[in-house]
Amino acid sequence: MIKILLNSLREYKKDAIKTPIIVIGEVIMECIIPFFIARLVNLLQAGKATPHVLWTYGLVLFAMGCLSLFFGAWAGITAANASAGFAKNLRRDIFTNVQSFSFENIDKFSASSLVTRMTTDITNVQMAFMMIIRIAVRAPLMIIFSFVMAYMMGGSLSFIFLFTIPVLGGGLFYISKKVMPLFKAVFNKYDKLNASVQENINGIRVVKSFVREDYENKKFFNAAEDVRGDFTRAEKILAINAPLMQFCLYLVVVFTLSFGSYRVISTGALGLNVGQLSSILTYSFQILISLMMLSMIFVMITISTESAERIVAVLSEKSTLTNPEHPLMEVKNGDIEFKNVSFKYSSKADRNALDHVNLSIKSGETVGIIGGTGSSKTSLVNLISRLYDASEGEVLVGDHNVKDYDLVTLRNQVSVVLQKNELFSGTISDNLRWGNESATDEEIKEAAHLACADEFIDLMPEGYNTYIEQGGTNVSGGQKQRLCIARALLKRPKILILDDSTSAVDTKTDAKIRNGFKRFIPETTKIIIAQRISSVQDADKIIVMSKGSINAIGTHEELLKTNEIYQEVYYSQNKKEGDK
Amino acid sequence: MAQKSNLSLVKKGTLKRLMKTLFAFFPVLLPFVVFLILLNAIISAIPAVFQQRIIALIDQALRKHISWSQASGPIFKNLSILIILYVISLVAAFVYQRLMAVITQGSLAKFREQAFKRMESLPIRYFDTHAHGDIMSVYTNDIDALRQMISQSFPQLFSTFVVLVTLAAVMIYYSINMFIMIIIGVILMAIVTKIIGGKSTKYFVKQQVTLGETEGYIEEMMNGQKVVKVFNHEKEAIADFDKVNENWFEASRKANMYSNILGPILHNMSNILYVIAAITGGVLLLWHVPNISISGMAISISIVVPFLNMTKQFTGSIGQVSQQINAVVMGLAGAARIFELMDQEPEVDEGYVTLVRAKEVNGEIVETNERTGMWAWKHPHQDGSLSYTKLAGDVELEDVDFSYNPNKQILFDVNVFAKPGQKVAFVGATGAGKTTITNLINRFYDIQKGKIRYDGINIDKIKKDDLRRSLGIVLQDTNLFTGTVMDNIRYGYLDATDEECIGAAKLVGAHDFITRLPEGYNTPLRNNGSNLSQGQRQLIAIARAAVADPPVMIMDEATSSIDTRTEAIVQRGMDALMHGRTVFVIAHRLSTVQNSDVIMVLDHGHIIERGSHNDLIAKKGQYYQLYTGAFELE
Repeated sequence: MIKILLNSLREYKKDAIKTPIIVIGEVIMECIIPFFIARLVNLLQAGKATPHVLWTYGLVLFAMGCLSLFFGAWAGITAANASAGFAKNLRRDIFTNVQSFSFENIDKFSASSLVTRMTTDITNVQMAFMMIIRIAVRAPLMIIFSFVMAYMMGGSLSFIFLFTIPVLGGGLFYISKKVMPLFKAVFNKYDKLNASVQENINGIRVVKSFVREDYENKKFFNAAEDVRGDFTRAEKILAINAPLMQFCLYLVVVFTLSFGSYRVISTGALGLNVGQLSSILTYSFQILISLMMLSMIFVMITISTESAERIVAVLSEKSTLTNPEHPLMEVKNGDIEFKNVSFKYSSKADRNALDHVNLSIKSGETVGIIGGTGSSKTSLVNLISRLYDASEGEVLVGDHNVKDYDLVTLRNQVSVVLQKNELFSGTISDNLRWGNESATDEEIKEAAHLACADEFIDLMPEGYNTYIEQGGTNVSGGQKQRLCIARALLKRPKILILDDSTSAVDTKTDAKIRNGFKRFIPETTKIIIAQRISSVQDADKIIVMSKGSINAIGTHEELLKTNEIYQEVYYSQNKKEGDK
Repeated sequence: MAQKSNLSLVKKGTLKRLMKTLFAFFPVLLPFVVFLILLNAIISAIPAVFQQRIIALIDQALRKHISWSQASGPIFKNLSILIILYVISLVAAFVYQRLMAVITQGSLAKFREQAFKRMESLPIRYFDTHAHGDIMSVYTNDIDALRQMISQSFPQLFSTFVVLVTLAAVMIYYSINMFIMIIIGVILMAIVTKIIGGKSTKYFVKQQVTLGETEGYIEEMMNGQKVVKVFNHEKEAIADFDKVNENWFEASRKANMYSNILGPILHNMSNILYVIAAITGGVLLLWHVPNISISGMAISISIVVPFLNMTKQFTGSIGQVSQQINAVVMGLAGAARIFELMDQEPEVDEGYVTLVRAKEVNGEIVETNERTGMWAWKHPHQDGSLSYTKLAGDVELEDVDFSYNPNKQILFDVNVFAKPGQKVAFVGATGAGKTTITNLINRFYDIQKGKIRYDGINIDKIKKDDLRRSLGIVLQDTNLFTGTVMDNIRYGYLDATDEECIGAAKLVGAHDFITRLPEGYNTPLRNNGSNLSQGQRQLIAIARAAVADPPVMIMDEATSSIDTRTEAIVQRGMDALMHGRTVFVIAHRLSTVQNSDVIMVLDHGHIIERGSHNDLIAKKGQYYQLYTGAFELE
């Protein structure tokens, strides 16, 4: 896991390695400075502080202070660089990997979970990483150096640390260990609490129309109190940290002062002098603070482990579709053939979404597909542009298996207007150019005209430069669908697939669009999935889908005479309509 | 969601109000904790004095060649005082840290509960005019931002303040000359903190903003990922992503850089200040500069050395304060946004007509507690008398004008009369005002002109809760809640038995698919029922309305996601559900509305045609054109 994460360091590797090295310099300085200060204090106390001594010590200490500052600041800068850069690269790697995902991969992760991984999770990892390179090195070094210095000065007196360090370290470790599962559990509850707030905000109309405000308040109150109780329990345990640390510090001070004073006086300051005694106290403070930092890192790392796991899950996800080794770079024509094709969304699914489908469509034909919810109309067409791979059998486009084509070539030639379609923030032209980057203004207008989108675009004050909001919220459903069709037309595909793409367009415009197709792109194979009979009734052939297989194929007249499902759909839409 | 942290959002008085709120939450506990912090802070400032006394005693003993047995008495006396102080400080620290956990989490919970309660009471207008992500962010970001501020920053700032005052007092007691020198150093440190800390805060805010932008971009792309694939648009997506990601990187790098270097700078300034203090002490000693002090003591080594320790403590405190700057800024910005939500005006309800269970005795309606299935409006009059009107479901709109905001009128002179049991349909293009009419009947919004009457009573006079209880609503966007399918159906009537819920599901034709779910009626729903299809979710929402059994139903595109064939099956249930009720139907599929008693064709807020399906077809007007597909419906 760590290896996968560290792959994203790249150009920031240097800074990441530099940081702990510079920190070493900082630690050394921080340990030497108290040593010199102790000597200076000693000289002062002994009354041996001549002006000369004062100036020398002053200069040396000032220089060391500057050096320590320099190291500290430098490490701070490299650490900030390395961690922010690491986070940037991680985010980029996830984003890039998602771009390589097949539809199957995309279905696996929800959009909102991917967003969380690229924001909150990465921030957690960034913080943990910065702490590791700055403090994980600093703290143990500090403990070791301080101990060595304390030993050099106080000799056996410093053995008090051999007692307090394990006590504090063990205590902190025990507390963290105990508190972590509590936190994990409560964070889960907390997520659920927030999810219920989200539900209430989105469903406020339901809450208010059923007059459930008090009910929801009570529900939320109980959940919030539950979370409060758990959090309090966990934080109460965590609250022992600081007093424990204070206790150890006091212990060291009392011990050092009592035994130290004995040692100083009884040996006549030969074994230990007063200045050394003070500096042992300084070092004890440094050691204990460092232990505290280590325990903080421990907590931070534990928290970020889960985030790291979630990041790695996306990073190590491999696309389920790959380009063939010697791909075909051209699609000859718009012929489509299904040879005994079966398909399931997951190998574990017990039911095939498509079951032994055989189908042949000639270039230039218009084919309608009709069928109830869940009859696998979309699954059928998704195999043509290789959005998914068939589990069994072969799908041929232009006489070649779709798996033999270069993916980009295939998808440029097989243009799909998805059922759940999206426009992106940007102008109308920007959005249409997704179909063809280098399309001229004339080509864009032509495509818009063919999709009957020009009628409303021309009415907009800024025409093709009208800004589309995120998610296309400022155009109506019918307008959005027509823009999506225009965008797909700009590819000049050999096969055009409309997956329920005119459901919000009125029937007259719908007919006009289909007429346009017939006149202007006669060679293109057109496949139209629709709920409305009127959208497909003039197609060359109509496929009736039911429960994953083809129930019937025929023209409108044939099916109306022979096919039960088709009749049912037709009459449900045309009852009481009389003679129309 | 993206949170736009902004310093300017922190209104003046936020801090004061936050403090007031916290003390109101814990009127006894919080002052007690404040006292403990004060105690702990003072005590932890004093030991330096005793420590130094002991060292001075050792020094003295050395100089005067006093033996250990003689010297140990005074030394242990001081040591005992030190230990007593330590124990008090430890106990205080232990107790206040644990209480602080209680206070922090208690306050967060109270903030959450109050924010939620206020939110539930707000009018629909608030939710229609505020981005849901922004409201959500109060819970996910703003309340969280208070955590560190309450649990760490406040106690630390307070205790640092106390320590500083105590130390300053002690220092002045010993030597004013040296104190002045140290104060100059501390002021320098404060200036550095302000400059670098200010930069750090500035970039932290910028980091939040750019993270929000990055999040927005990622969100858009992840939602449209399939479109990206279909158009081979991956490279362009990555290129655009790099731009926002790079902006974030610059801000994040700088924010962390400034906050990282602040520590070492302050730490080493404090070291240097220590050295300067030592040298100054040395100089004072050497040249016997006269000492100015409260105590009147002359400068001596036993003053200089404790001074040095106090210097260290003094400057160390400044370093600790500097670590809390970002938390305080973020916390205050969060508090400001929480208060903004809590300051919103709740929905006002001046209604006094209430809905009560009733029965008929001798042809007169009387109030009862029995479940008679009959309801009545209880209408108190000014003279103190009461009258009862049977709940029937007669709804009448008379000359209604309405606009969401003053410069754009949505409805013009709308007149609708729905007799009990009638089915009234609204058709028309997007923005014609269909949904608006239903928003007015249940008083999600109030009309500007005209009258709406329910069973002959002006709806202004009816208590909102009771008005809404008498109306069933099924919306286009289905919202289900976390819980089982059964819980969701029961949402319509909390006292409903399992049998009643199942009966409702059967009535609307949802029973079949529910029993086929892995755990039937006990199947848990999550994320707004994402494990169900849109059509299945709509069926549950319809069952939920059915179990409420209201006399008036509003169906706003309730069957839009059910395909026509399934709808035909559901239709029987729907017909059963609608039977005997006043029903308002909005649908873009004309097959759904054609069997209505009256169809209203709306155009830009005007009712342009009304009549039955056959009337309107015969008329060959707008409805006929709609029906034959001559213009667009949404």
